[in-house]
Amino acid sequence: MSLFDDFLVRALVAGLGLAITAGPLGCFVIWRRMSYFGDTMAHSALLGVALAFLLDINLMLGVFCVAIIVSLSLIALQSRKAVSTDALLGILSHSALALGLVLVAFMTWVRFDLMGLLFGDILSVSHSDLLLIFGGGAAVLGIIVAMWRPLLAATVNNDLAAAEGLKPETSQLVLMLLMACVIAIAMKIVGILLITAMLIIPAATARWLSATPEGMAAVASIAGMISVSLGLWGSVQFDSPSGPSIVVAALLLFLAAMAAGHIKHGWLAGRK
Amino acid sequence: MALIELEGVGVERQGRWLIRNVDLQIDRGKIVTLIGPNGAGKSTLAKAALGVMPVSEGRVKRSSGLTVGYVPQKLAIDWTMPLTVERLMSLTGSPKKGEVEEALEMVGIPHLKHSGVQQLSGGEFQRALLARAYLRKPDLLVLDEPVQGVDFSGEIALYELIGRIRDQLNCGILLISHDLHIVMAQTDTVICLNGHVCCRGRPEEVAVSPEFQNLFGTLGAPIGIYRHHHDHSHLPDGRVMRSDGSVHDNCCGCGDEEGEGHSHNHDHDHGHHHNHNQGDRA
Repeated sequence: MSLFDDFLVRALVAGLGLAITAGPLGCFVIWRRMSYFGDTMAHSALLGVALAFLLDINLMLGVFCVAIIVSLSLIALQSRKAVSTDALLGILSHSALALGLVLVAFMTWVRFDLMGLLFGDILSVSHSDLLLIFGGGAAVLGIIVAMWRPLLAATVNNDLAAAEGLKPETSQLVLMLLMACVIAIAMKIVGILLITAMLIIPAATARWLSATPEGMAAVASIAGMISVSLGLWGSVQFDSPSGPSIVVAALLLFLAAMAAGHIKHGWLAGRK
Repeated sequence: MALIELEGVGVERQGRWLIRNVDLQIDRGKIVTLIGPNGAGKSTLAKAALGVMPVSEGRVKRSSGLTVGYVPQKLAIDWTMPLTVERLMSLTGSPKKGEVEEALEMVGIPHLKHSGVQQLSGGEFQRALLARAYLRKPDLLVLDEPVQGVDFSGEIALYELIGRIRDQLNCGILLISHDLHIVMAQTDTVICLNGHVCCRGRPEEVAVSPEFQNLFGTLGAPIGIYRHHHDHSHLPDGRVMRSDGSVHDNCCGCGDEEGEGHSHNHDHDHGHHHNHNQGDRA
């Protein structure tokens, strides 16, 4: 009998794996103001789940592919400028979610745990899920570390990165792929509706406590890990749903960091 | 050997020519100042030269292995990103030990090394951006309105600094300014742009009067006056008045030859015309 036979240990390890990965990526989501973009990709995950069952492929693979397709079509529609970006995000995000819900309802031969899909079911994480979370997470982190300089330069200024030879288009594409990857990983842990929270809340928490982009990425990972541990503990203690409990823990941490930031730097530190 | 050479370059976006028929050459050790009214296509030309913006016609030749240092016109660092001056210095490269201090010393802000970039004043931020570009030891430095948000004495100090950077690195500099008459005195070529190249020439030194010599010493003023030599002027309604007093839809005589079906007469109704419209609405 190994340590990982305990479902609670598996849940904790899976959550920590997600938090480490989501931290640095979440920073880019905040810096590039992509949180609604991330939300839209996440909402398409249900459609990915339904299609994965229809085509009999791996669930995470299905979610990953649909998230990529949605983000590519978003970029394509954006360049046509018929509708403003925020309206476009709203249209895509909610239609993807609705389409997924309708498709799932039609597939009467499969029993879906809809609540689990929407809000996460971290306690049902299996051994193979753990492998996928850590394999995928390590790949995402590795790519972020390897491409840190072009990713950061493109985030600060597209033209500057392009003029000095750092190919910002590649950075945008890579960030999109990484985001799809994290959404596929995170679905089981916090659920479709709460994935973006795991990306942006720990990163926003880290903003109050860091002086450099690298510091912020590291602190975001740590803040995410604390949120997961605290949330899971609370979930067991108070018998609350695990995914939402993790997000609530992240929120409490954010509020604490904000208070600390204000005491240290005064109201709205860093803002001109 | 030219660092960058543009021949007959035009950039068209959504049916409008932002710039057209522009020739530009930047040599090592030379300073080219690009002036023109708002909307004249100065930044567009710089981006086309850098390869950031694809051109619709003409040729852009960049010498191989060219290292570029770029100070964009608009660079707002989002306050969500914590970034110190020191960290900004290594944004696109890896400066060696001591080089960051040296560069900050050179632009006169060594004391701001650990400050957040969002806390800098306009002039300090421009100096930090200049230091960052200088650190790359570029062959070509492209500065898009580096004196924006800086008062007149600060402007003079920045021009002195840019001159020193040119002397130290022996790099080519493309300097963009919206000031139509006062340019950096060390400029080798002034190009006045308004969609097309209206005129080009050299600035005249202003350091001839004793008052200026008192102000700047015997070294001469870092600023010069540029007298335009247009054979036409742009009227408020977008039309063009030639030196003989005749009024045409566009300048350089191209309107006469390209009257049929060409979109060329879009060329010159930016700048002035635009301002005029705004005036009407107000």
